[in-house]
Amino acid sequence: MPAQQHSRQRGPSFSRRDFLKGSGAAVAATAIVTAPQEIDAAQESGPKVTSAEPTEVTLTVNGRNYRLKVEPRVTLLEVLRNDLNLTGAKEVCETTTCGACTVLIDGKATYACARLAIECEGQDIRTIESLRNGDQVDEVIAGFVKHDATQCGFCTPGFVMATKAFLAKHPKATLEDVRKGLGGNICRCGTYKGITECALELARKGGA
Amino acid sequence: MAERTVAWKPRGQNQLIGKKIPRIDGIDKASGAAKYSADINTPGTLFGKVLTCPHAHAKVVRLDLTAAEKMPGVRAVHAFAQVGQEVRYDGWPIAAVAAERPEIAEDALRAIKVKYEVLEHWVDEEDLEGAKQAGRTKDTRRRPKGDVDAAFQSAKAVHEGYYGLHTVTHCCLERHGSHAEWKGEKELNVHLSTQNVSGTAPQYAKALQLDAANVAINCEYIGGGFGSKFSVDQWDIACAIMAKKAGRPVRLLLDRATELKIAGNRPSVFAKIKVAADADGKVVAWDSYQWGTRGVGGGNVSLSVIPYLIDDVPNKRQRSVGIRTDCGSYRAWRAPNHPQGCYLTICALDDLAAKLGEDPLQFFLRNLDRISKEHLRQTFAGELKRAAELIGWKEKWHPRGQGGDGPIKRGLGLSMHTWPGRAHQANCTLRIYPDGTVESLQGSQDLGTGTRTVIAITVAETLGLPLSAVNVRIGSNKYPFARASGGSTTVGGVSGPNRRAALQALWKIFDLVAAKYEVDADSLEARGGKIWSNGKVVCSWKQAASLIGPMPLEFHGEGPKKDGLTSEDVGGVQMADVLVDTETGLIRINRFVAVQDCGLIIDELTARSQVMSGMTLGIAYALSEERIMDRKTGRFINADLENYKLPRIGDIGELVVEMYQPDSEYARGVVGLGEPPVISPGAAISNAVANAIGVRVPVLPLTPQRVLDALKGGVA
Ligand code: FES
Ligand code: FES
Repeated sequence: MPAQQHSRQRGPSFSRRDFLKGSGAAVAATAIVTAPQEIDAAQESGPKVTSAEPTEVTLTVNGRNYRLKVEPRVTLLEVLRNDLNLTGAKEVCETTTCGACTVLIDGKATYACARLAIECEGQDIRTIESLRNGDQVDEVIAGFVKHDATQCGFCTPGFVMATKAFLAKHPKATLEDVRKGLGGNICRCGTYKGITECALELARKGGA
Repeated sequence: MAERTVAWKPRGQNQLIGKKIPRIDGIDKASGAAKYSADINTPGTLFGKVLTCPHAHAKVVRLDLTAAEKMPGVRAVHAFAQVGQEVRYDGWPIAAVAAERPEIAEDALRAIKVKYEVLEHWVDEEDLEGAKQAGRTKDTRRRPKGDVDAAFQSAKAVHEGYYGLHTVTHCCLERHGSHAEWKGEKELNVHLSTQNVSGTAPQYAKALQLDAANVAINCEYIGGGFGSKFSVDQWDIACAIMAKKAGRPVRLLLDRATELKIAGNRPSVFAKIKVAADADGKVVAWDSYQWGTRGVGGGNVSLSVIPYLIDDVPNKRQRSVGIRTDCGSYRAWRAPNHPQGCYLTICALDDLAAKLGEDPLQFFLRNLDRISKEHLRQTFAGELKRAAELIGWKEKWHPRGQGGDGPIKRGLGLSMHTWPGRAHQANCTLRIYPDGTVESLQGSQDLGTGTRTVIAITVAETLGLPLSAVNVRIGSNKYPFARASGGSTTVGGVSGPNRRAALQALWKIFDLVAAKYEVDADSLEARGGKIWSNGKVVCSWKQAASLIGPMPLEFHGEGPKKDGLTSEDVGGVQMADVLVDTETGLIRINRFVAVQDCGLIIDELTARSQVMSGMTLGIAYALSEERIMDRKTGRFINADLENYKLPRIGDIGELVVEMYQPDSEYARGVVGLGEPPVISPGAAISNAVANAIGVRVPVLPLTPQRVLDALKGGVA
């Protein structure tokens, strides 16, 4: 299980570089065959990890400050979903691959599962919830609905955030730009055509 | 009074039905407001996680949960496996924990001590001889029809080939799981990621010795099911048990790797096929020998879909071998059996056409009378013609291997499919309140089809109201019973009862209006929020509703019924235009055309999305998606989204969808649509690749390696 494998590599002092290395190693491990005996040994020996003490952190999410205490290994995505109840960003892949957890950090589209909560202090975090105020919705959301770029909807908030950041950076995006620029997200239901049409329509209007 | 009959309006009179209408829950989905089971965070919710077996086949010789139980922050531990028990595949659940935080739950899983005695395993689904030697096979055959050997001998052209598809998983983005919360000892409230809102309470009740009436199932939104979420799974039961033990709500979802390993897959199939045409170019003989796996229970793709669609062949023989593998079990995967049957059959016939030196379009048109569903032959003829126009078949098709001089070759391919899609059983309650508010309730669910939107359109159309006037409630088993969403049954299932109930409501309102305003009830019509008589407004909808008195009016809708609102059986044609790089083996989709019928269309926008969805899933299993089992360890080695390859936005080319809707389609009522478009892509794309490069790449997915191997070996 990748989740377990990379957790095992986490120690009490844990840097972002280690995290990325860790998750990369977990991915590679699926292609490398581990002999069964070795796995037995790992399960036999019990926990090697001692948790680091929870740390205080202040996160600025959608313009509001939240003060919380979390272990250093907790990701931004976990805090958003489990502690702040901002569940628009979804947890899907555990390997920083799918984009379902996309948020904006200082305006940049970021996988919230690839960032530790403690390293986001002082940054401007925007989640999908910031793009709607009652009946008023951001034009990217409106465009997704118009072009039916949502089916089950599970990938949709992440895709909306990715599209928002993409159009801010490429306000005049072409079809080729969309095909490359939105390649960081996965939809299983097959809404890609609607998303493409939505992004191109907004680009024709000069971005979103 | 004239007789009042249940029917859809004449096509031209619809204000909403058949138009392209954005889904009514689209904003909630796109803005993150929609709450999935994975999002339920009631106060005090604990986090559940599952430990699984890393072996393909083993015996548990030691299982010690004490360290996990004692860990601070752990509130409940549950064992799935017992000492002495055999576990049968990688990902088999061993134990679960519920803890204050996810990271504590992870620590607790690592603290569980398990020792296994590793046993022999078999995971190879393609190596038939090896499986036989390992004693893993079981045969089934059908009584042959006609004189197969004689037919081959007198045939004009005979083709023999090998074809196959590997196992793929459902890979729902919302992992399987639930949130369970008790109200006292005897009442359970569950948010379950399910395709079966109305049918799952009895499963909980049985497992937990509860009264089914005391189990509330909620599922307002579900992040993908594709056939894998009909039942309550053992980890859902564990979630409820741990919630009871801890006295706190628990949310437990599988991790991604386990999701891919054990939460459902589509069976593989490989086949040697021999097929022949007579002097008239008609399919005259079929002989197939297939094998594959449905996982630990053995079995193989059903012989009922072999040969597929073009099945009225005078001489045929089919044999099948199921392989018992130490792999996760299959579950219904969108259009069960059909994508596999279609791929094997249509590719073999396409190769036969090539052997005859014939354009496959002509070949399939000529063989339409080999389709035993006679009533669909006309539809297929029309759809083939239309799809050919849309893809430019006449201008672009060329004989095999003439795909261009450079290293990049271009080719066209086609395929056809069918699916029943008849309405399932569903009931609804429709309420009209004295203030004119309308509410429709049913224990149905929305897998992405647009269930809420279809219901709202049906009711609003019938009552002459704007879409926004209808409040739709689904996703609870406390609403009237509706069957599970599977097999393209939901849109027909829910639209019929809602039309019936809304007509009852309308007729009642007409009677009240007729009495009050002294007009003929037969002359009344509801449109634009008003009641009309002979072209003149009688009153507003609100005024009409006020006539019902202080209490709401309630109507019950049932279905399916034989009143013509719904029917069954669709066709569908797809054509692919691809580029193949013969130096790298990489395939790109240029254009992918689908022409699809589905009877009366309620919402053309969401209907088209269903077709694109099928095409996109099809591109996935045609080009990149496959479960890879390691023979040596028996493990599913690409169980993550990095290595289990799904297409991204730049990988699908240009999708062209046309809903085939002559008046005859409208006249037959609603037929389901979710499954059909996922059936053809494998064959259409593989045929296009064969047309481009001149050789058949026999096994899906068509990875660069398989393309290069085929080019090297010249596999025909
Ligand atoms: S959940 Fe963050 S990228 Fe998949
Ligand atoms: S809409 Fe279901 S995964 Fe994208």
